[in-house]
Amino acid sequence: MFVLIVGSGRVGSSVATTALRAGHIASVLDQDPLSHERLDVELGRSWEESGGRFTIGTALEMDALMEAGIAEADVFIACTRGDNTNLVVSQVAQRRFGVPKVIARVLDPRRAAWYAEQGVHTICGTAIAIQQLEEAAFGST
Amino acid sequence: MSGLYVIVAGAGKVGWNLTRELINKGHEVTVIDSDRRRYLSVEQELEHSVQYGDATELWVLERAGIQRADLVVAVTGDDEDNLLICQVAKEKYLCERIIARVNNPRNLVHFELLGIEPVVSATDLILRLIEHEVPRYGMIHLLDLPQERLEIIEMIVSEGAPAAGRRVADVTLPDGALVISLLRDGRGYVPKGDTVVKAGDEVLVVLDPGLEEDITRWFVKTDGLPVSGHDVARG
Repeated sequence: MFVLIVGSGRVGSSVATTALRAGHIASVLDQDPLSHERLDVELGRSWEESGGRFTIGTALEMDALMEAGIAEADVFIACTRGDNTNLVVSQVAQRRFGVPKVIARVLDPRRAAWYAEQGVHTICGTAIAIQQLEEAAFGST
Repeated sequence: MSGLYVIVAGAGKVGWNLTRELINKGHEVTVIDSDRRRYLSVEQELEHSVQYGDATELWVLERAGIQRADLVVAVTGDDEDNLLICQVAKEKYLCERIIARVNNPRNLVHFELLGIEPVVSATDLILRLIEHEVPRYGMIHLLDLPQERLEIIEMIVSEGAPAAGRRVADVTLPDGALVISLLRDGRGYVPKGDTVVKAGDEVLVVLDPGLEEDITRWFVKTDGLPVSGHDVARG
């Protein structure tokens, strides 16, 4: 599969290296050239040497998205630090490019819930943390 | 249009001034900004009309009373924020009117894709003014209807241009273009097929977008010949 990951932070870089190790084509888009280092560290050698693709650019730039391969992507993952960026760019992936599987990381639980109702597949780390904390603190088992 | 309730997202230069003007016109306005220092300075002047918070958070919009807003104007410096605020206002809170600011004209496509309109782009407005003041190929855009895919342009027929001295019927413009008016000596004419175009005439042409170059070649003297259609004798 062709996996395009926008945002190479802790989450994005980790998912990207997992995708690459699993034998998928992995392409990463991030505006910060230094975010590349995180990918190298995860793999123990350079990202490109390992067969990964890396494009420098912002998530909303059409040219950068095209260069990163959005038109061929089977899976699109938006995990920049900006909830709104993730929500907008995943809708672009879904509606303009028809990417079959689109996932957006959204930190705000309410925004994540509402957009999920609108058909955007959202993953909310905050909601998961809240749930686990509550279970750990007040859970019966 | 009096007594609207307006929510303005972003109290930067645009948002702050807009809020003041709207209040002066008798509207009720709440402007929201997520920068604490900005909020405190604006609050000195606008008092309870400004709220502190991230306008892309639903509870902040709800606290500002988005359910009863007649108009939501998103003018932050971030296009993704403006997009999201307008999308939520329109689709979740069913706000009837929204206006979005586009900071980077290249993001316009995203606003279009998500059905956010109208949008205002200062860069585009200034570009358009520049095109009016400094017409390219001696051509001025009089009207642009991008939704309807229609434009009207105005040109002055230059000396020695292929169309000068020809009958309108012999000026074979590409399909999708039509000469709708000739202005000569301060008077406008609706041309007929046998009206002869003269150098110095101002012509108005209605056209499908993208045909500008094929059309200007006829009316503005260039080194090349028109590509559309048959032989064009010069001189």
